[in-house]
Amino acid sequence: MNWIEIFRSGISTGTVLLIASIGEILTERSGIQNLGVEGMMLLGAMAGFKVAYQTGNVWLGLLAAIAAGGLLSLAHALVTIHFQADQTVSGLSLTFLGTGLALVLGEGLTGLTAPVIPSASIPLLSKIPYLGPVAFANHNLLVYFGYLLVPLTWYYINRTRPGLHLRAVGENPAAADTLGVNIYRTRYIYTFLGGCFAGLAGAAISVAIAPGWYSNLTVNGQGFIAVALVIFASWNPWRAALGGYLFGVLRRFTLDLQGPRMLLGLANPFFFNTNLVFFLQMAPYILTIIALIWGSSAARKKRIGSPAALGVPYQRGERGL
Amino acid sequence: MTFTETPNAVPAVEMQDITLRFPGVLANDHVNFTMYPGEIHALLGENGAGKSTLMNVLTGLYKPQSGEIRIHGKKVSFNSPKDAIANGIGMVHQHFMLVENQTVTENILIGLDTPRFALNLKKYDQEISHLADQFGIHIDPTARIWQLSVGEQQRVEILKILYRGADILIMDEPTAVLAPQEADELIETLKGMAAQGKAIAFISHKLTEVKQVADKLTVLRRGRVTAERKDLENFTRESLASLMVGREVIFNLHKCEQTAGREVLRLEDVSAVNNKNLPALRNVDLALHEGEILGIAGVAGNGQSELVEVITGLRECTGNIWLEGKNIANKPPAFSISHGLAHIPEDRIGVGSAPNLSLTSNIIMKRYDQAPVSQKWQLNYVAADALANGLKDEYDIQAPNVQTQARKLSGGNLQKLILARELSSAPRLVVAMQPTRGLDVGAIENVQQLLLNQRAQGCAILLVSEDLDELLSLSDRIAVMYEGHVVGTICSGDFDITKIGLMMTGTLPQDLPPEAEASKPVAVGSISEFDEVLDHVKDFERIDEASPAGQPVILSEEAAEEPCGDDTSPSEQLEDPDAGLTEKERVLRKVLGKKYQKGDEE
Repeated sequence: MNWIEIFRSGISTGTVLLIASIGEILTERSGIQNLGVEGMMLLGAMAGFKVAYQTGNVWLGLLAAIAAGGLLSLAHALVTIHFQADQTVSGLSLTFLGTGLALVLGEGLTGLTAPVIPSASIPLLSKIPYLGPVAFANHNLLVYFGYLLVPLTWYYINRTRPGLHLRAVGENPAAADTLGVNIYRTRYIYTFLGGCFAGLAGAAISVAIAPGWYSNLTVNGQGFIAVALVIFASWNPWRAALGGYLFGVLRRFTLDLQGPRMLLGLANPFFFNTNLVFFLQMAPYILTIIALIWGSSAARKKRIGSPAALGVPYQRGERGL
Repeated sequence: MTFTETPNAVPAVEMQDITLRFPGVLANDHVNFTMYPGEIHALLGENGAGKSTLMNVLTGLYKPQSGEIRIHGKKVSFNSPKDAIANGIGMVHQHFMLVENQTVTENILIGLDTPRFALNLKKYDQEISHLADQFGIHIDPTARIWQLSVGEQQRVEILKILYRGADILIMDEPTAVLAPQEADELIETLKGMAAQGKAIAFISHKLTEVKQVADKLTVLRRGRVTAERKDLENFTRESLASLMVGREVIFNLHKCEQTAGREVLRLEDVSAVNNKNLPALRNVDLALHEGEILGIAGVAGNGQSELVEVITGLRECTGNIWLEGKNIANKPPAFSISHGLAHIPEDRIGVGSAPNLSLTSNIIMKRYDQAPVSQKWQLNYVAADALANGLKDEYDIQAPNVQTQARKLSGGNLQKLILARELSSAPRLVVAMQPTRGLDVGAIENVQQLLLNQRAQGCAILLVSEDLDELLSLSDRIAVMYEGHVVGTICSGDFDITKIGLMMTGTLPQDLPPEAEASKPVAVGSISEFDEVLDHVKDFERIDEASPAGQPVILSEEAAEEPCGDDTSPSEQLEDPDAGLTEKERVLRKVLGKKYQKGDEE
């Protein structure tokens, strides 16, 4: 087994989850839960691939993906912020809406090839033994974007004025309101931003990491993994990155496990017994659930739980005012 | 009629002829309110009298239908809270508007324009602790809100306003949530701020406290002013109360002489842990008899809530709790209820009622399974409504009808609703926690009389309260709790606020200094007596220093200074705020014990 290759592609596929969950972190930090990440990602993947194919320009494809995800998320924003509908229901229906739109608009794209995001190596860093080839050599540019995104998002949330307002709105909107922060505008902005990131994450699959359009299977449930990851990460970008890459590595590892005939000097059970493979495919999901339970109980102890106003529509004068 | 000390001064706030009508209610009816810089102006009135409405007009939340507002002589018109902030008006809401998991500094900076993008928290931490020092407020700007005590959180709210440069402060029932020590500190702070020229509106319905803190007074009743800008000296507690309520309020409750009957409740060696898994009750033994009110005194967080919870079956414990001969320890609440337990919880909205359900539904919660409300597997709503209507009249619950949602009731009426449900089931034991907290005088009188009526009917009552006046006037015996222990029990003939005060800080009865033992029994109902306690503490501290073996007494001289000392000039204290504050800090730390130190972890 090629361990460097497992970690390499783990980081590469983990980037998709990373981008999507960073977007969802921003949305949820403002108090809006958007379970429609799967739908926004699929729409983004379709739009990115289709525009890149038709224009021959992959960057236009990325822009289209971002716009598609963002626009779709505005439907969620309108329903939950303006009309104060239930966020779970709205988010789930957004998944169906996004999936449906993507499948209809993506009709006939299967099997085509479009330009992809270029790859590059970082000059000096790629020479570091082990770490260099895993993290800094021959990755597509979105992977490096992911590296930058994590510290930047953390800084934005925790060390800037707009980040302070974002946290205040998600924790105690009534308090923020008395101090003149516009709750509705803030929530609209971050719901839109979350959609943009989800769209970008979708395009990261279709024009970079696993190029092509395979309808439903393009995203294949990763949107829901991203939502779960946000909870596991206790709304912290660093932990989201850790979780995303870990999940990527696990997925690749379980794939590679099925390859060789012999494993540790024994006959590889996953090679000969196809039923066992199903369990193997479950493993990353089960491990994610375990991590999620462990993570959230640890978070509870340290009082870094979910944003206090998550999922609660805000209406001025409801309480306290 | 003007009562200005300096006739040339311009009023900080001048509200004239303010009228505000909500659908169906005239909340403010041609109200005048004038306040000068440097004064603490009490705004007194029952719940629903229109105090908060008037202040919300001043903070820009409501727009009055008529009338005008002048700030420092300039006519203004507010469209939003932002306009009011810009005019130097800030309000400390009764329910704090703080983000729990952010630091003090972060909370203060929310909504400001000054740090444009990057938050340089260190710089602002310094700025804020400087500002705090200036007003003699002690706070750690880097602490997170959830680590702070309620009193400290309130200081953050005050700082939030001061940081925005406000010179008109509105405090909405600021002491309702505070322990006595914290309230005293707050009053000190407010006096200091007034001395620096701030105008402070102090909304309250606690009469003793108003007399202690305020210079001037405006009283509202049902939206109208019944006393405008009067000097406080001319009023007695009784005359204030009748201005507020519109009738005589009897402060001497009718309490009949009776001897306690047989035992109803007995706690044997009961211990329990709190939510943080720390010991909260340690080997508590208590007994309670028919027709007896046992008061539980103690500074908040010394095990009182856990005591109530183990008795009402809401918390696990070790040891035995006998109610009418049945062991109810670790039994479900339904078991205790069927043996005559009634519970008047501290949290009226969260625990005591279902706010979104109707009066009727709240009334039948304990008897939905009994005839006539229960009809086999159905509920008989006709019978339920009849029952609710009967109790609504009997307990004088002010509500349009029994279909009204419980959350629409005022605090006093909600408490009456809970009392109606609990007391109408002919209980053997009533466990009441802070039954009058946050209620106005009229309602307090009502609730206390209802409890005394239960006592007259032979019911045993466990009364937990932080209001010493209330405990002294209602209880037959008072047990004092400190760090989960019952330090001692005093019978009504020997009530002595000095003794109780010392025991609340952990002094065992046998260790009490002789002069405290000998001092006269206290006349019921005077807060000023508490100063006496503190004087004794001073004496005792000296005695204690001589005998290191004794239990340490922790009240210091600093805490003993008279809270209402009008001649201690605040500027004098401000010259050296740190020395005084660290002392106070020490006292608070000790008195609140673990609860206070918890904030330091992590």
